[in-house]
Amino acid sequence: METILGLDLPTWWFLVIGGLITGYGVLDGFDLGAGALHLFFNKEESRRLALNAIGPVWDGNEVWLVIAGGALFAGFPLVYGIILSTFYIPFMLFLVSLIFRAISIEFRSKEPMRWWRKMWDISYMVSSVVITLLLGLILGNLIQGIPINAHQEFTGDLLTFFNPYAILIAVTTLSLFMLHGAIYLVMKTENRLYTKLTVLVNNCSKFFILCFILTSMATLIYIPHMTHEFKRNPALFLLPLLAVLTVLNIKRNIDGRKYFIAFIFSSFITAILLILFAIGLYPRIIISTTDPAFSISIYKAASSEKSLKIMLLIACIGTPLVIAYSTFVFWTFRGKVKLNEMSY
Amino acid sequence: MPSVEILSRIQFAFTIAFHYIYPPLSIGLGLCLVIMEGLYLKTGLAVYKDITRFWIKVFALIFGIGVATGIVMEFEFGTNWATYSHYVGDIFGSALAAEGIFAFALESGFLGILLFGWNRVSKGVHYFSTIMVALGSIFSALWIVIANSWQQTPAGFRIEGEGMQARAVVTDFWVMVSNPSSADRFSHVIIGSFLAGAFLVMSVGAWYILKRQFVTHAQAMFKVGLRVAAVAALLQLFTGHRSAEYVSEYQPAKLAAMEGHYDSSAVADMYLIGWVDQKKERTVGLKIPGGLSFLTHGDFKAPVKGLHATPVNDRPKAVNFVFQTYHLMVTIGMTLIGLTLLAAILLWKKKLFNQRWLMTVFVFAVLLPQIANQAGWYAAEVGRQPWVVYGLLRTSDALSKTVTAQQVIFSLVLFTLVYALLFVLFLFLLHRKIQHGPDVTTNEEEESDEYSKRNIAQIN
Repeated sequence: METILGLDLPTWWFLVIGGLITGYGVLDGFDLGAGALHLFFNKEESRRLALNAIGPVWDGNEVWLVIAGGALFAGFPLVYGIILSTFYIPFMLFLVSLIFRAISIEFRSKEPMRWWRKMWDISYMVSSVVITLLLGLILGNLIQGIPINAHQEFTGDLLTFFNPYAILIAVTTLSLFMLHGAIYLVMKTENRLYTKLTVLVNNCSKFFILCFILTSMATLIYIPHMTHEFKRNPALFLLPLLAVLTVLNIKRNIDGRKYFIAFIFSSFITAILLILFAIGLYPRIIISTTDPAFSISIYKAASSEKSLKIMLLIACIGTPLVIAYSTFVFWTFRGKVKLNEMSY
Repeated sequence: MPSVEILSRIQFAFTIAFHYIYPPLSIGLGLCLVIMEGLYLKTGLAVYKDITRFWIKVFALIFGIGVATGIVMEFEFGTNWATYSHYVGDIFGSALAAEGIFAFALESGFLGILLFGWNRVSKGVHYFSTIMVALGSIFSALWIVIANSWQQTPAGFRIEGEGMQARAVVTDFWVMVSNPSSADRFSHVIIGSFLAGAFLVMSVGAWYILKRQFVTHAQAMFKVGLRVAAVAALLQLFTGHRSAEYVSEYQPAKLAAMEGHYDSSAVADMYLIGWVDQKKERTVGLKIPGGLSFLTHGDFKAPVKGLHATPVNDRPKAVNFVFQTYHLMVTIGMTLIGLTLLAAILLWKKKLFNQRWLMTVFVFAVLLPQIANQAGWYAAEVGRQPWVVYGLLRTSDALSKTVTAQQVIFSLVLFTLVYALLFVLFLFLLHRKIQHGPDVTTNEEEESDEYSKRNIAQIN
């Protein structure tokens, strides 16, 4: 099999898709988290400020989801079909929530009536929470594996997804995004809203640390296959250690009101958690709980080498471009948010 | 209970038909915005700035719904058509990923600057962003049409594996991208989109003119829309003809269905209007004898392959439906040419804006390109049946194996409700925006604006 820098093409694609999902988690993570906190702000002005803090960038952040979806479709079409059709109902609810979230942000400002704004405020918060929980639920189920038979068909039902571990991961994801979003908002605001957020961000950080501890313990105890690779290669234990240090660092920087550094670390922890998941998974991409032999590896699921190579080239050209204009947009809207006539 | 196949097809058709209202509008509006803002930079007239800002807000509304409903389309391939996803992932997946990374990212990234950047960036950077958003929307269409065209005229691949495990594998990326119908279908779709956007701009302009509100602004926007529409309507004649030629060459069964032509050894007529009696396999109506023969072979007497040339199981079943949607599209296309030419002549004679009846027609004409786009899409997609990938993969084989009819009914009901709500809200907000009109720059503001040294009246 052809290799580039010592890695075969399916492994490269595993990395590319992992990178895109991480990018999505880090970027849409903070605006979903900001959405999940929305109703904690009581004043109309605070809500507008919070919305405008994510206003120019949330759409661009969501692009990463579209690209990650496209990349999974292109790189591992078998897995794309299996995951999406298996999680049919969760994904349908996810899509509908994405629609509601987009139109809540878009429509809220269009009319001044109080009931109108309140309705979209609620819809914005609920959809942000539901999207995050569903992502976590799907992730949790993929971590522990799903019942797949020899014909790569899902044999469970909707209730299979609602197990304690997956629910725990869903809540942890929510706590992570809420923390990430709170740090982003506190960075972007001033005066009264800032003061309120300094309290909120503290509570979010406690909530996340609690979830982080529970999840770590549950994974170590109940999901042994996630730790195999680490036992085989003890150097990898540096990563969980790094995760713990990162979490402590977030707390320390929040306490010291160094929110920008805290934001870097909350982005970092999102990435580390996904990397830990990827290491536990590799080289499988879907784990079968029916029989380990039915698990689907990246080699079985990958597209042709030619297609992977072309797509890798496309990714190499495209990714710097995407990063360049995201950076440009973030730079343009740097600093604290102010309301003006063009705001939401 | 209806089968998973029919339910999934209904869901796909419904969600894509709804989605397909918005991207053509964004694409057409994007072009109009580039022209409007360009005119502002060139002339410095505040009126162009006002209409640019007005239409950017409308653009954001339309773009928002387009994105939200577009993400649904991307994921539906996996949820409802898992076997299809596996079969075409190598090809269709690459095109979708390329769309995301090259086009959608560009559009979404710069839209923020378009909306919120007026006071943050220079005029030049803002204009650059407008151009990037417009280009992004066109690139989006390009990749999506390439992916769809590959389903119509597959090229640059080979089949690996057998039965349900079979899949198409890229052998030549550029042959795949430039498959026989890509260029023709892209130009046809993109011009249809320009028409959709231009007619929306003209419709709103005409409405203000009828109500005698924002008259200067309305005339300025109408002229921008008319310029785009007049060129696009004429070009569409050409791309439409090219599209018919490729269909006759690569999908003869579809072309035969479009004209209700059954007998392969017969001369083929071209119908202006008609009806296909599918039971008797006969078509009646007002026709140009030998018209289709002339179109495909340049000879009024040449026989054209009919539906009988294709085995019953391999040809589209809904022949009359394909016939009607195709003819609706063509008829509207001709109407649009007539309308824009008439308006252009009257504008040239400086009589256009007094013709209240014509302005009324233009208010409602916004629906015509929309109907034509939908009808054309239906003719193209239903005409491809029973194949999802022409001649290679049947729609009935493309389904997700583990999805049940109950699940699809659930999602179908969900989407129907949500999209109905979305459509009502869209119309409500669009209506409110139009009622509110452009924010008119006042004289004082204008004097402080270094660009606007001349009088608004100059534009007339």
